[in-house]
Amino acid sequence: MADAVVRVCALGKSYVTAAGLFPALKEVDLVIDSGEFVAIMGPSGSGKSTFMNLLGCLDTPSSGAYFLVDRDVAQLAPDELSSLRNRTIGFVFQGFNLLPRMNLEDNVALPLVYSGIEREIRHDKGRQMLARVGLEGYAKSLPSRISGGQQQRVAIARALVNSPQLILADEPTGNLDSHTSEEIMSLFETLNQEGITIVLVTHEPDIAAHAKRQVRFLDGHIVSDLATPQREPAQC
Amino acid sequence: MLGAMLGEAWHAMGANRMRTILTMLGMVIGVGSVVIMMAIGQGAQYAVAQTISTMGSNLYIVISGSTSAAGVRSGSGGGPTLNVSDADAIAELDGVTHVAPIHQGTQQLVFGPNNWSSLVVGTTPAYLDARSWTIVNGYSFSESDVRSASRVALIGKTAAENLFGDDDPVGKTIRIRQSPFTIVGVLGSKGQNLDGRDQDDTLIIPLTTAQRKVFGTPFQGSVRVVMVQAASSEAMPMVEKTVTALLRQRHRIRDDMDNDFFIRNLAAVADSAAATTRVMSLLLGAIASVSLLVGGIGIMNIMLVSVTERTREIGIRLAVGARQRDILTQFLLEALLISVAGCLIGLMLGIGGALLTNAITDMVIVISGSSVLVAFAVAAGVGVFFGFYPARKAAALDPIEALRYQ
Repeated sequence: MADAVVRVCALGKSYVTAAGLFPALKEVDLVIDSGEFVAIMGPSGSGKSTFMNLLGCLDTPSSGAYFLVDRDVAQLAPDELSSLRNRTIGFVFQGFNLLPRMNLEDNVALPLVYSGIEREIRHDKGRQMLARVGLEGYAKSLPSRISGGQQQRVAIARALVNSPQLILADEPTGNLDSHTSEEIMSLFETLNQEGITIVLVTHEPDIAAHAKRQVRFLDGHIVSDLATPQREPAQC
Repeated sequence: MLGAMLGEAWHAMGANRMRTILTMLGMVIGVGSVVIMMAIGQGAQYAVAQTISTMGSNLYIVISGSTSAAGVRSGSGGGPTLNVSDADAIAELDGVTHVAPIHQGTQQLVFGPNNWSSLVVGTTPAYLDARSWTIVNGYSFSESDVRSASRVALIGKTAAENLFGDDDPVGKTIRIRQSPFTIVGVLGSKGQNLDGRDQDDTLIIPLTTAQRKVFGTPFQGSVRVVMVQAASSEAMPMVEKTVTALLRQRHRIRDDMDNDFFIRNLAAVADSAAATTRVMSLLLGAIASVSLLVGGIGIMNIMLVSVTERTREIGIRLAVGARQRDILTQFLLEALLISVAGCLIGLMLGIGGALLTNAITDMVIVISGSSVLVAFAVAAGVGVFFGFYPARKAAALDPIEALRYQ
């Protein structure tokens, strides 16, 4: 399938622990098409975080294959993985993960540093993205000066700055109150309407309800895959 | 990208100002002490080299042998075993540039109401060449003055000041043991020799005049000392051998008999003095280098702390697309920036300290461009060397672990 952003076939990941080999993820098949908004759900220990790390090219699978925009991630060198994280994927974390010493504009433009973009363009882009998440005028503020919801918006702006094809959000509302969570989720919905593929990990059903498709993990397997409107999930 | 990283390194240094300054202080002290120590060491070497060059280079002193009379031995220079024709014969040898027979002793110099005791050296004009002694005023005496035993003299600066004050000595007549001598030239200043004796407190007169009019000698033409200058330091061993062979032949010494003269190498004294100061400056440099090393370890220590503190930051950077070498470069740059900044401050303080030492003591200070460059290069090297391990540790972090780090 040509417009699949993520194609995962029989993906497995095991960790070596004191008690022996622990399989965190077993034989997972999943295809995510361009423009989808997917919520990954499941209790802790279900393998959803492991899955996200693999999707984000932060970790390498023990078995199976992962194609990101039709590139076999297993075949890529570390520098090419860095480049994927830099240009193809945008991360949003639960703890925002902004650099505390940098102003917001520089935080947003951080990925551009590693793409070798010039300083002036970085600053322009940084401001543009801040405006896009509704934070124009905060370019020179420090992360500690703004609220949690605003910090998460900055983190989303950072994820968007290099025009990625996929946004991976790991519990993006976990540290926020319900009102702010709604704001963040509607921002994600807006971005998705603009055509950006979003994969979001959450364990809250009302957060997951914002997504168009809910994938539920349990014990390293996918146990359900529901899309609205109803459709048959694409096969690997 | 390097520009952005430099900016970030600058930021990181500013974020923990006190810590950065203290870390830098290690480098400042290290580089500063290296610069001061090298300046003092090289200054000492320079001062010794100056003193040695006033003695004349590649010189041998041939001294007549001892005599013994009724069981009393006279010591070296006691016997009349050398004479002027020996000196003339030595002058014919290969590798010998100047030969000057010398008869010297302390005499009272009298000029009007002033009198002064000084070293009177009876010799030939070759003596001035051998010791590279210049005439600053007037002219030297000649070989014909030596042949005719003229009463002419060259006076050293110290003796001249004591006899004539500020007046020009040239053309004045002084008396030594009632004999009048006309001053024809004033010698250039040489300062102290390695023994601390003032070389300028002297009067040089023709050898023949010295022997006949001043000292008197029971054996006409015999001298106690002959100064021999070799063409180069490489020629010195050869000259020593040929002079010995020539004198043994001329003195008809059988193979089983000892020499009736002594040969002393003045260069050996100079060499040992030079070697001493060289060792001293090496030692000073080595001690200073230890503080540089300690400064480097300080940088490594702080960089390790910094890597641990910023684990999460490293995780974020890796997640947004930093390559391992970007992280490595960033931390190396920080270490380098600290050490280079510390080095620059240390250089300034070191040079200032050296100049201050020069101002408040009369120590000779030499600050050479090469020593400054070496200090700078070593400091940069220290930064890279001690920054590399923490930087590599940072670059090798697992992004997932780093992101999870609290």
